[in-house]
Amino acid sequence: MKKSFKNIFSNGLGQLTIPIIAIIILVVFNLFRDPSFFSIEITQNNEGNNVFSGNLISIINGASELAILAMGMTLVTAACGGQDISVGAAAAIAGSAFVKVLKAGETISGGRVILAFLFACIVAMCFGAFNGTLVAVFKIQPMIATLILYTCGRSIAYWINGGATPTFSSSIVTAIGGFIPGVPIPTPVLIVLAVAVIFKLVFHFTSLELLTQSVGINGSAARLNGINSTLIKLLSFIILGLCVATAGCIGVSRLGLINHETLLVDIEMDTILAVAIGGNNLGGGKFKVGGSIIGAYVIQTLTITLYAMKVSSTDVKAYKAIVIILLVVIGSPVVKARFGKFMTKLRAKKTNACVKGAE
Amino acid sequence: MRKNLIKREPFSDTQLLMTITIGIFVIMYLSAMGFLGGGFLHFQQICDMLNDNASLIIVSCGLTIVMIGGGIDISVGAVTSLVVMSCVLYLNNDGNIIVSILLALGIGLAFGLVHGFLISYLEIQPFIVTLAGMFFARGMTTILSNNPQKVSHESFAKLRSIKIEIPWLGYTANNGNLITAKMELGVVIAFVCLIAIFILLKYVRLGRCFYAMGGNQQSALMLGINVKRTRFLTYVISGLLSGISGFVFMMHTGAGNSTNALGMEMNAIAASIIGGTLLTGGVGNVAGTFFGVMTLTTIKKIVVSSGLNDPWWQDITNGGMLCFFILLQSIVLSRRNRNKKAKVKV
Repeated sequence: MKKSFKNIFSNGLGQLTIPIIAIIILVVFNLFRDPSFFSIEITQNNEGNNVFSGNLISIINGASELAILAMGMTLVTAACGGQDISVGAAAAIAGSAFVKVLKAGETISGGRVILAFLFACIVAMCFGAFNGTLVAVFKIQPMIATLILYTCGRSIAYWINGGATPTFSSSIVTAIGGFIPGVPIPTPVLIVLAVAVIFKLVFHFTSLELLTQSVGINGSAARLNGINSTLIKLLSFIILGLCVATAGCIGVSRLGLINHETLLVDIEMDTILAVAIGGNNLGGGKFKVGGSIIGAYVIQTLTITLYAMKVSSTDVKAYKAIVIILLVVIGSPVVKARFGKFMTKLRAKKTNACVKGAE
Repeated sequence: MRKNLIKREPFSDTQLLMTITIGIFVIMYLSAMGFLGGGFLHFQQICDMLNDNASLIIVSCGLTIVMIGGGIDISVGAVTSLVVMSCVLYLNNDGNIIVSILLALGIGLAFGLVHGFLISYLEIQPFIVTLAGMFFARGMTTILSNNPQKVSHESFAKLRSIKIEIPWLGYTANNGNLITAKMELGVVIAFVCLIAIFILLKYVRLGRCFYAMGGNQQSALMLGINVKRTRFLTYVISGLLSGISGFVFMMHTGAGNSTNALGMEMNAIAASIIGGTLLTGGVGNVAGTFFGVMTLTTIKKIVVSSGLNDPWWQDITNGGMLCFFILLQSIVLSRRNRNKKAKVKV
């Protein structure tokens, strides 16, 4: 027991140390501040379903888009050593495509929703492939390559919408963004779970994880070993495109309308942050998708905590920044090394004292 | 003949990329003069472009230095906005202009120092640190004031109204009045910053250290350059320039608003890239950055005056141009590398 405890301090839980510590600190802080913060109630929503509600549910529900995007972003980060800053804009385009197909017919049937979702996926995958080609074939840094779509993505969405913010109402779409009748858990949470399971299955049955890591650690060495690094990089962007389409459709379904300016605004920064808090190296290489998911929930817990403390939504950013800086300072290699040295010194002193006492 | 070609080193990467940008800018402006005419024929158009973008030029210079050093600073726009807001509030409470300038410089410097310390001495990724800086500055701006604030300070209003008039570059309007070309004080500040940084990068030891560090950190270390301190200084300079840019922005708009300078960091990054700075570090030039800003602005002006009035065209053309420049750079550089390798083999 003592040994494992020591291990946690010297080596940590691998890269999951920071996100887990962060979420524990936040939970404990909230319990002290307001013991009823995490209480869950069953209430009746507008459609007359019995559903769970409470801060915990709104944290898990609100972080859905972020968690899905963070999973895809982890792959891109690991393979390319850079980040995609166009996810918010691409999600707006995917959402616009989704609504365009939904509104093409007279009524919104189940088949049409599936068709719309598939269309959104194809559109987002095309934009992902565009980014991926720039990064993998033309060897442009990911941040620069995705800056193009970041600049013009929301305008393209506006163009698809025809200069308006179309609304729609359909019980099926509302169920996607809210609750399925008879199920008390929010549907976005179930979708996150499904996406996570798909990721787990893909990693389990294919060697994608290993290939991505080897491309990220040393692309040319991977190529010499017979791995097609161009294809892997392209693939990571296309997978991110699928995640973007899913997140965009959830975002649209929640509101029942598509607003190109406000749909998932500023989410790219939060996504990258989730990946970083998850302990993944932003320079590529080894990665853990699980870390990024926890990172996403850390960010959402922080946001909801601040809202509960009556901080206005525009001021949240300042407090968020302080917490981020604290987290990364604790996790920085220099501070870790200093802390490790300090611990060994302390331990040496203790053993010395023991030896002296024995003498 | 062949020997001659090999001996003469034609252009460095920096110069080549910069020359392409300047060439495209000139061609674009001349064709705008030819096809669109109107405002493009007057010198005032260039003055307007400079007046509107003085703060962007200053910020882009700072960002260019950081990018040459191999880092990134995405907090510049937010710091600019924070400086504008705090200076406006200070001036409205019967402040002194000199103190407000010091306040602007101080805020910028503080951000630069903190970023530099965290990035170079604690070895945290620059993207995360400056992202946090951006969040902090944006959040502080809205905490200071959520409503737009107008400056009502007499001597500041006088300072704002100083305009440099250039009569011989003016034109005669239809009613016979001579309209002189007007330039704001901020443009002068921007040019002073631009020239100072150009000299710093070209002739001062510290500037050469930036290039060495961005090109290859290991070899810079072996050359005896204090890499940590040099990287620290790149962020300090960038922070300081964001402070100056905030003051210039305030002189231009005369009001503080929480959405000031929104998206400026991405414009500044785009301008630096178009001007030939590589994000990998070691390659770049502030003169190129200046033309990068001018190119971006010219595209905007062309879109507006060519009658594409739908609100989405401006961003879409911007994105298209950015795509074109990025692809061009990538192709040119990879061709050169291939040629170099071939020469080595010969």
